[in-house]
Amino acid sequence: MRNPQLNEKGELQHLLTIEGLPRAILTHILDTAESFVGVTEREVKKVPLLRGQSVFNLFFENSTRTRTTFEIAAKRLSADVINLNINTSSTNKGETLLDTVDNLTAMHADMFVVRHAQSGAPHMIAQHVASHVHVINAGDGRHAHSTQGLLDAYTIRHYKKDFTGLSVAIVGDVLHSRVARSLIHALTTLGTPDLRVIGPQTLLPTSVEQLGVRVFHDMSLGLRDVDVVVTLRLQNERMRGPLLPSAQEYFKSYGLTPEKLALAKPDAIVMHPGPMNRGVEIDSAVADGPQAVILSQVTFGIAVRMAVMSILAGNS
Amino acid sequence: MNNSLPDAEALYAELLAQLRAGIKPDTGLVGIHTGGAWLAERLHADLGLDVPLGAVDISFYRDDFHQSGIKPDIKRSHIPFDVAGRHILLVDDVLYTGRTVRGALNELFDYGRPASVGLVVLADRGGRELPIEAQYVARRIAVPEGRMLVLDRDDAGRLSLRFDDESAS
Amino acid sequence: MNTHIKNGRVIDPKHGIDAVQDVYIADGRIVGLGSAPGGFSAARTIDATGLVVMPGLVDLAARLREPGFEHKATLQSEMRAAVAGGVTSLACPPDTDPPLDEPGLVEMLKHRARELNLAHVYPIGALTAKLEGERLTEMAELRDAGCVAFSQAERQIVDTEVLWRALQYAATFDFAVWLRPQDPYLAKAGVAHDGEVATRLGLAGIPGFAETIALSALLQLTRGTGTRLHLCRLSTAEAVDMVRTAKAEGLPVTCDVGAHHLHLSEMDLAYFDSHCNMTPPFRALRDLEALRAGVREGVIDVVCSDHTPLDEDVKQIPFGEAEPGATGLELLLPLTLKWAEESKLPLVQALARVTCDPARVLQIDAGHLAVGTAADVCVFDPADWFKVSASTLKSQGKNTPFIGYELPGVVRYTFVSGHLCYEAR
Repeated sequence: MRNPQLNEKGELQHLLTIEGLPRAILTHILDTAESFVGVTEREVKKVPLLRGQSVFNLFFENSTRTRTTFEIAAKRLSADVINLNINTSSTNKGETLLDTVDNLTAMHADMFVVRHAQSGAPHMIAQHVASHVHVINAGDGRHAHSTQGLLDAYTIRHYKKDFTGLSVAIVGDVLHSRVARSLIHALTTLGTPDLRVIGPQTLLPTSVEQLGVRVFHDMSLGLRDVDVVVTLRLQNERMRGPLLPSAQEYFKSYGLTPEKLALAKPDAIVMHPGPMNRGVEIDSAVADGPQAVILSQVTFGIAVRMAVMSILAGNS
Repeated sequence: MNNSLPDAEALYAELLAQLRAGIKPDTGLVGIHTGGAWLAERLHADLGLDVPLGAVDISFYRDDFHQSGIKPDIKRSHIPFDVAGRHILLVDDVLYTGRTVRGALNELFDYGRPASVGLVVLADRGGRELPIEAQYVARRIAVPEGRMLVLDRDDAGRLSLRFDDESAS
Repeated sequence: MNTHIKNGRVIDPKHGIDAVQDVYIADGRIVGLGSAPGGFSAARTIDATGLVVMPGLVDLAARLREPGFEHKATLQSEMRAAVAGGVTSLACPPDTDPPLDEPGLVEMLKHRARELNLAHVYPIGALTAKLEGERLTEMAELRDAGCVAFSQAERQIVDTEVLWRALQYAATFDFAVWLRPQDPYLAKAGVAHDGEVATRLGLAGIPGFAETIALSALLQLTRGTGTRLHLCRLSTAEAVDMVRTAKAEGLPVTCDVGAHHLHLSEMDLAYFDSHCNMTPPFRALRDLEALRAGVREGVIDVVCSDHTPLDEDVKQIPFGEAEPGATGLELLLPLTLKWAEESKLPLVQALARVTCDPARVLQIDAGHLAVGTAADVCVFDPADWFKVSASTLKSQGKNTPFIGYELPGVVRYTFVSGHLCYEAR
């Protein structure tokens, strides 16, 4: 079965998941993002690449942060942006997901940016839309958050240059995290030799090592000599059942404090996809400290999203 | 190695002489990446201009984006002076269809409204598809069907011209 | 109508017959095999050259959607699908709306089925009132109304004491109890097998031990009560081993597997195909291999369709929101043939799992061809291919991962009690 993200020429038609994309495509996105970082830093922040195109932000799950960065990215490309928070409108009246998509396509949408609580919803939409329409996954259930994975990879490349010598640790609720899955796929494809996940058994998915990671339950072992520490948000709203006793106990064993960070390499960088729960997964001293590159992630996020949108738009 | 092509350094010297005669003191020089930027860099130094050097990469302003997509290796555009009300000279290596210059003009106008814009090119190969002309040209050069005229710069900074196949770009 | 089916390859697993033989039908019964009974004259003759003549299939689980779910399918449409699939006897689970926990409902269902004059319907009664797992149903009354066994369908009895007492009560009257082994707490949030694929796709998982923990409890309880226990829809390799051990011990246990589960694993979820959302889920390749080996060995007694017709509205939605289940009555024979071919098992052995073996579990005289038995016969073309599509399926449920596939075996004629209920166009 052909990868539904690629057209017949092997070019990116949709960005649904990093899994299964060739290294060349990921590198192309990162390289293109680099040129867009230049755009966001210069006097004129707009380029006309998507002028005349309509980008619809279809958010079935609320997120002001992600939606705003996609909106900024699209507007910097001179696209028209329409924001739709679906949970407040027609699906509550019983309109199906695919009917909603059909109606919007009839309004000449060129690109859908989709966030949904169910894994696989963007795949469904991508299989359904007309051939000129592109779909970008902005986060589906626990499955993927591709642009986040890419901007995290970009951030790591920016500070560390070469993936092939790195040791990267992802700490936290990997079970429920689409960010973790996407980053794992990106880093394994880009050649990172030592990728680790650190967390209690209850927060690590079954067979996670099959994704290409080493599993640690002890943070002091897992952080030893790593170059990059990625801390995941503890998602209270996504937990069902007795996975953790309390946030305080979690912080004790898995919170990133200066003492724990000292076990990593002295020039290790600290990342967080945001929003942060200070005092739960990360200590304020670390979040505000010299090794944290969290604000850079946000800037790079706009450039990466501009890169993805323009690459897709150019592959019609 | 095609011996019928003129020496690029000699052409550069001619261009420099033409500009010395005509350039205004507060002109802003903007090179179009990549070859035009090399030329603009040399001209800026040799003319001793006060206004800092600018450069643009027109990749985001190409009119063939939807056919060809985004190309990698995009240089940063940087114009370190105020465009509004200034006399500007765009510099490119080879003038052909005119579409590159149109992209550069579009990009320039995103920065502000110049008083005037002129065009400086090392070689004009004809074949215009848009109503665009250069005010300063070193030489008109005929290019065989299916070939491209390319400017190279070696490690020492020495310029040279050659023919290449169209598909090689 | 006196019917002579001539020159067909008769395959009757119960009697070990695989031979070209004529079959003679009169007054709703088989009156001759091989040679005509004296004085027989056929009103209809069917030339079955090149075709297989087998006992009508016996399907242990087919949802007919009446009463209560007529928007999904009707008794008529699904009974037509049954005979189009060569199924002449079927058992329907009690999860109708209202559930089959009252004799009146059972009688009405049987009456409606009789009126349609298609396949024989054997209702399975609810084990507890409203299937809620608290109070026992009037099992003796339900049996008198026509129930052949008692079940909870997909619902679980959470209170182990109620489960124990229900098994005891049923054993008192030698009623069979059919149960799906699944721990409700371990399965409650899951939509797929808890393994590598669910981790990659970010789907909530149901671990394999949700089945084996519940199975262990059931086996231990029945060891004490002696209840005739039929385990529905096994899905794990471990469960197959546990059943093998229980049978060796002499426990009165039988089990079945859904026909789809003989072919598909978690790998087939691919890009979130909601048609692969099933209960139990499609598990790992090693589980699939163990199920296939188990059916071959006979430790898994029966292959059933687990027929669950669903509207596309509940399938054309994201995987985690879709309703589980697949249409199956018309796929039972082709999927069994495909499994037999791939396992290199002779048809006379393979087809036992859909004829005499399910009949044995139901304790009915069906699933075999013998002079004097009801003429429930399926005639199919083993060399033809069934192209599975929305237009070829007679069921109102078009929901199956096999849409667009070609499967071996096309039913040509189906007789129920000698009456030709289905003839392929």
